[in-house]
Amino acid sequence: MTDSNRAVLLAAARAVPDPELPVLTLGDLGIIRDLQVAGDGTVEVELTPTYTGCPATAVIADDVRDALRQAGAGQVRVRTVLAPAWTTDWMSETGRRKLREYGIAPPGPAGHADGGPVRLALSARCPRCGSADTREVSHFGSTPCKALWTCRSCAEPFDSFKAI
Amino acid sequence: MTGARTLEPLAAYALALGDDALILAQRLGEWVARAPQIEEDVALANIALDLLGQARTLLAYAGQVEGAGRGEDDLAYLRDDRDFRNVQLVEIPNGDFAVTMARLLVFSAYQYELYTALQDSGDPALAGLAGKAVKEVAYHRDHATQWVLRLGDGTEESHARMQAGLDQIWPYTEELFDPASDLPDVGVDPATLRPAWAGYVTAVLTEATCRQPEPAWRSRGGRDGLHTEHLGHLLAEMQHLHRSHPGATW
Repeated sequence: MTDSNRAVLLAAARAVPDPELPVLTLGDLGIIRDLQVAGDGTVEVELTPTYTGCPATAVIADDVRDALRQAGAGQVRVRTVLAPAWTTDWMSETGRRKLREYGIAPPGPAGHADGGPVRLALSARCPRCGSADTREVSHFGSTPCKALWTCRSCAEPFDSFKAI
Repeated sequence: MTGARTLEPLAAYALALGDDALILAQRLGEWVARAPQIEEDVALANIALDLLGQARTLLAYAGQVEGAGRGEDDLAYLRDDRDFRNVQLVEIPNGDFAVTMARLLVFSAYQYELYTALQDSGDPALAGLAGKAVKEVAYHRDHATQWVLRLGDGTEESHARMQAGLDQIWPYTEELFDPASDLPDVGVDPATLRPAWAGYVTAVLTEATCRQPEPAWRSRGGRDGLHTEHLGHLLAEMQHLHRSHPGATW
């Protein structure tokens, strides 16, 4: 297996859509940590979850296996790694733009992750009207990775991707 | 089946931390569809889900270290109450919303210090989980803080109930700082977490205009498998499906 094969497989894994936010690929999210091809052709992929309890993790592993087999891989082993811990700072610029277009405010910088308080959340810009006059309704939203916000300008509620 | 009390120290330590997270996840799940507002249903379910994720990682690791073929499900569903090593704080009933928030403040402030310290563990699996979980717990701690402030420094009624919630929870706090393991380079000595925990919690209570309770008694023994009567009832509900349909999977 050559380097170019590895590159093809890595691209195939990164192109898999996230099952919860299909507008994003796993590559956009930055959760594919590594992909190696062993001497016997076994493909070993390292995934990192966004949250330890994220229910999508098992589905993502299955989707990656399927995508790699379709891209010509034989045996595929998916390993979940927790360190280094995933941060929203690994999300690509393309991913942030796609989130905004999808109606979800992209995450701000993950400053509090090193121990600072999260009480003064940075304001999220409304993905619908672009206003910065918004407020957080709840830290917790429809999935572990999102918070619930509402816009004072256009009065629409929206999800905001939590910075972690 | 081998009881938890005979486990070697690393497996026992992972199990103790995992059981804390598992049992509180189960308790918080009881609030779903009953919380004061729908955002709170969602918030408590999210916090429970984070704790469940931490519990799965820790229980799976405990089983792996034990090396006897027990997986996360075996440990969660096939142990009896005497084999659970969680502190009693997480197993007592939810009470009203103020009791639940008092417990969440106490526990998440403890977990925040624990996971912060555990990131430097000599055990890569525990350090990795801690680095991940500390970010989740920062949100839990903040959520509980905001509610304790709002209720404590709110109306006369909300203040009285917040204080009553704190009074009810406080006898169970000291147990968090009892020795949990004898693993100098791997585990964290809980006693070392106490000053930072107390600093955080005291500041919140002061701002919330609440009094720090001085209970006349304290709980003991959760880490040794000694529990309140409430744990058995919780396990009956949590384990019922798995025990009625052995080997069932989704």
